[in-house]
Amino acid sequence: MDAGNDKRREALNAIYFAMDQINAERSSDKLLKKEETTHLFGIGANMDSLELVTLVLAVESRVSNQLGVAVTLADEKAMSQRNSPFLTVKTLADYVVTKIEESSRD
Amino acid sequence: MTNETIMVITGTRKGIGRYLAEYYCQRGYQVVGCSREESNFSHSHYRHFCVDVANEDEVRGMFYDIKRELGHVDIMINNAGIASMNHVLLTPMKTVQDIFDTNFIGTFLFCRESAKLMRRSGGRIVNFATVATPLNLEGEAIYAASKAAIESLTRVLARELAPFRITANAVGPTPVKTDLIRSVPEHKMAALLSRQAIRRYGEFRDISNVVDFFIKPESDFVSGQVIFLGGV
Repeated sequence: MDAGNDKRREALNAIYFAMDQINAERSSDKLLKKEETTHLFGIGANMDSLELVTLVLAVESRVSNQLGVAVTLADEKAMSQRNSPFLTVKTLADYVVTKIEESSRD
Repeated sequence: MTNETIMVITGTRKGIGRYLAEYYCQRGYQVVGCSREESNFSHSHYRHFCVDVANEDEVRGMFYDIKRELGHVDIMINNAGIASMNHVLLTPMKTVQDIFDTNFIGTFLFCRESAKLMRRSGGRIVNFATVATPLNLEGEAIYAASKAAIESLTRVLARELAPFRITANAVGPTPVKTDLIRSVPEHKMAALLSRQAIRRYGEFRDISNVVDFFIKPESDFVSGQVIFLGGV
């Protein structure tokens, strides 16, 4: 498996780890599905704003613990993108990979 | 809070910050301090970082190290601050930028990064306001405005961070005899003190007394408050 796939797998693992934290506070009939198509933020979103904050911080924390790189997901670029990287698990995973690559280059 | 309580204090090289670092080290807290330059304070409970509080990368790096070495933060004391007395019409833009960078941006960055390391087990944020804001002191427009911004930030933080069991409050000191007011003429200081209900300079202990109140376990229902000293 190449390095790109490894990073994406780490990104997805971090997101699913963060979703576990959110699901721990939810009732069993409202659990977030750990799938790439799950909507996180925006129209049709499955999370409230506080859960999104928790998710973003948990993903940052997991990436930093697992890969030893400090990433900030909620940066100016993310907030100003026409298509928010926080829309779905898939878009977030793609975004996390780009942030990991940026941090690795620094 | 236990003896393993981890406290971050900004601006610990001198003045109030230095006092607070010594005061809380003596009481068994693990204190992480910072300033732009090296500190000559050493204690088995003290760790110093050289950072510019308004430099996002440096601040993030500091908290990355704190997380790796200590795991979390319990208390954040945003003491670092600068002042510059001047008439508004004679105030250079650069002065405004510098004061807002250190006072407001610095406080914001440390609130944000420390809260990330508090969100699992809760925590306390104590920011520094000033009596110059409610007294609308002439010559201190920019300083007072930067601290007014901190008051607003503190009140909103209190609401946004409450779900994480993090309180955010501020202490508003009167003038204390430190470098911050070294260049202010004596008659100006006398005029300022005359506007306080209790007309004396503040002491370091007046400030640690309020900080002690905000961080004690029983104060977990106190948030979004600004306590001014001197009866202002």
